[in-house]
Amino acid sequence: MQESHQQHGEHRSAHLAHQFDTLDQQYQSGKLGIWIFLVTEILLFAGLFCVYAVYRANHPDIFIYAHRFLNKNLGALNTAVLIFSSFTMAWAVRAAQLGKKRALVNLLAITLLCAFIFLGVKYVEYQNKWKEGLLWGTHYHPIEEAAHAGEAAPADSAEAHYTGPPNVHVFFGIYFLMTGLHALHIIAGMAIIGWVLVKARRGAFSPSYFYPVDYAGLYWHLVDLIWIFLFPLLYLIR
Amino acid sequence: MNTVSSPATPAAAEPEHAASYLQDGHGIKSWIMTLDHKRIGVLYLISILAAMFLGGLFAMLIRTELLTPTKTVMEAETYNRVFTLHGAIMIFLFIIPGIPAALGNFVLPLMLGARDVAFPRLNRLSWHLYVIGALFAIYSLIHGGADTGWTFYTPYSTTTTSAVVPIVFGAFILGFSSILTGLNFIVTIHRFRPPGMGWFRMPLFLWALYATAIIQVLATPVLGITLLLLIVERVLGVGIFDPTLGGDPVLFQHFFWFYSHPAVYIMILPAMGVISELVSTFSRKHIFGYKAIAYSSVAIAFLSFLVWGHHMFVSGQSPMANMIFSALTFSVAIPSAVKVFNWVATMYKGSIKMDAPMTYTVAFILLFGIGGLTGLFLGALATDVHLHDTYFVVAHFHYTMMGGVLMAFMGGLHYWWPKIFGRMYNEKLANIASLMIVVGFNITFLSQFIMGSLGMPRRYYNYRPEFESYHQWSTAGAYLQAIGFILVAVYLIHSLRRGRLAPANPWGSATLEWRCASPPPTENFAQQPTAGDPYDLKPLVFDPKLGGFTYRAESAEGVA
Repeated sequence: MQESHQQHGEHRSAHLAHQFDTLDQQYQSGKLGIWIFLVTEILLFAGLFCVYAVYRANHPDIFIYAHRFLNKNLGALNTAVLIFSSFTMAWAVRAAQLGKKRALVNLLAITLLCAFIFLGVKYVEYQNKWKEGLLWGTHYHPIEEAAHAGEAAPADSAEAHYTGPPNVHVFFGIYFLMTGLHALHIIAGMAIIGWVLVKARRGAFSPSYFYPVDYAGLYWHLVDLIWIFLFPLLYLIR
Repeated sequence: MNTVSSPATPAAAEPEHAASYLQDGHGIKSWIMTLDHKRIGVLYLISILAAMFLGGLFAMLIRTELLTPTKTVMEAETYNRVFTLHGAIMIFLFIIPGIPAALGNFVLPLMLGARDVAFPRLNRLSWHLYVIGALFAIYSLIHGGADTGWTFYTPYSTTTTSAVVPIVFGAFILGFSSILTGLNFIVTIHRFRPPGMGWFRMPLFLWALYATAIIQVLATPVLGITLLLLIVERVLGVGIFDPTLGGDPVLFQHFFWFYSHPAVYIMILPAMGVISELVSTFSRKHIFGYKAIAYSSVAIAFLSFLVWGHHMFVSGQSPMANMIFSALTFSVAIPSAVKVFNWVATMYKGSIKMDAPMTYTVAFILLFGIGGLTGLFLGALATDVHLHDTYFVVAHFHYTMMGGVLMAFMGGLHYWWPKIFGRMYNEKLANIASLMIVVGFNITFLSQFIMGSLGMPRRYYNYRPEFESYHQWSTAGAYLQAIGFILVAVYLIHSLRRGRLAPANPWGSATLEWRCASPPPTENFAQQPTAGDPYDLKPLVFDPKLGGFTYRAESAEGVA
């Protein structure tokens, strides 16, 4: 691919790309790059958080009414799973820095497993919403039981006969957009962690070259962090 | 260190027979799969020039249709699609990537004395994404194109039957291309500066690219999510922007302009950077007010995020918001004027040489001045109500985008052409063409200022007969420009084979890219050179044997 560059690569580390002078320069460049990438990710989600803020401020009734249809227990379970996966990911980075290959492989595998559990739970939640017809915009056709379940949920006296505000589908539109985009990021994260895992099994990382684990970890923490905001904003409204 | 910059490796000492990047590998694959920033820059250059040609073709169709007050050559529906495609192609495929991705990619690592950008693979991916995005735009074009205007305003864009989704998806992909370029440039500037180049020793083009990259990285993701929401809305019927479903179309406008206003600074900031390089070189004088120009780039980048609401003065926004946005809009004039002042002060008592890059530079300062000042008319609330959506707005942004960015792009293209391809073009033809373009430009758009202030609305297919002569002047000017651009294409293509071989430093600039050969070898520099003051032109003398400039020999008092 770059035959002409290999002449000055003989006395250089095999991991050092031709455009860099030192491994440290390469590491710092990658780190700055990944942080800037994370900023762009935050801004991508910021658009949706902004949509959320505008509609929540203008139509609080929709959010208070509709959030009851979300399953708090499953949401909490997923939150716990992701926080745990962040912990194992951080530990994996440490293991890579210390050159503990077995620990690194195991911790990455656990992180990946957590991601699978998260998606499985998410699938169950989406499936329930689908069955109940609680979808977005033009696809919002709640079936009877769901509507009743929603009404029955609050035992508070005054709200027992509340029939729900108009345009409840806006909430579900926002719910599916935010969690859907987040789920896509989980899937991307799984691909990245899977790739790092394969490299780790081959023994590609050492205390002097652990950058990809570090970068993947930073990305994974951001994905977790976004969920930590999504969970209370969507499931725990009062 | 107070020594006058004495370069470690003067141009003359470069090995003569190092293979240039153009000869390093042959065949299509060696180009489209290249990791060399110079080749990627050339690929971008070819792509954006193709886009410019296509967008220009649509401009000619628009102007031809508007020759008469009623139907001239096309139906109203076709006309709507043509002006949409003109805008979308020119903005997303030409002006936004134009200077940073084509010229910037080529020049930035060279100016740093580096071997490449920090992430060559991302750089290549960015070009591949550009091509994919462009293919989606062409797909939309084949399927009749969109008729929404380049702004894709809802609810029309979610209800029209034209091919909106492919072109919006294309713009979405192009956004990622832009983000990756910006990310790459920020990291490269942070990590690859050579010894001797502190932040305030950087060429001003790098400051401009840096400020641009910040906007690209911070604003483009918001466009990404906006366009994604628009697609989801059309395909799945989500209803976030649809008033019949309880959605808010004005929210779309806020989101759109939150990106698209900073985007006009993505276009103009690199152009200002090019002008800062050119004005110093061709005035044979150190740039005036270096720090003021550098800081004003950053100030413009910062303010660019706070003024999007001035596109929405008549959208039903609150009067308070209107006043704040208006005041912030006026504040952008300050850093812009600081730049213009410094460029003019650089020319003052300089030894001005009106080579082609300089004619475009002078044109830029004049036309950007007009474009910028008319922006203040539009930023004022009361006049904007009258001028909103008229040809005055069209003329204003063409003076900034075309009179500003395109002139700087042309200037930069002529300036770096010998470096990129190693050939000189015909100077006389270049001057004639630049004159035709500048004169044609003014005929085209000055008449639009007048008819706009008289009330001619933009985007109209038919118009009242009293506007006919203005439209005809405008069209005549557009044809003159077209001839000028064709002339440019002719002599530039001719120069590729027949042009005089370019010396390493034909213009006598002190920035690092002129210290390697023209065209540069694949590795750029054998060793990263030490940077001096990028605008200290005094040690450079013209050497008739080389046909270019070279550094004055250290011990030769008698030579100078």
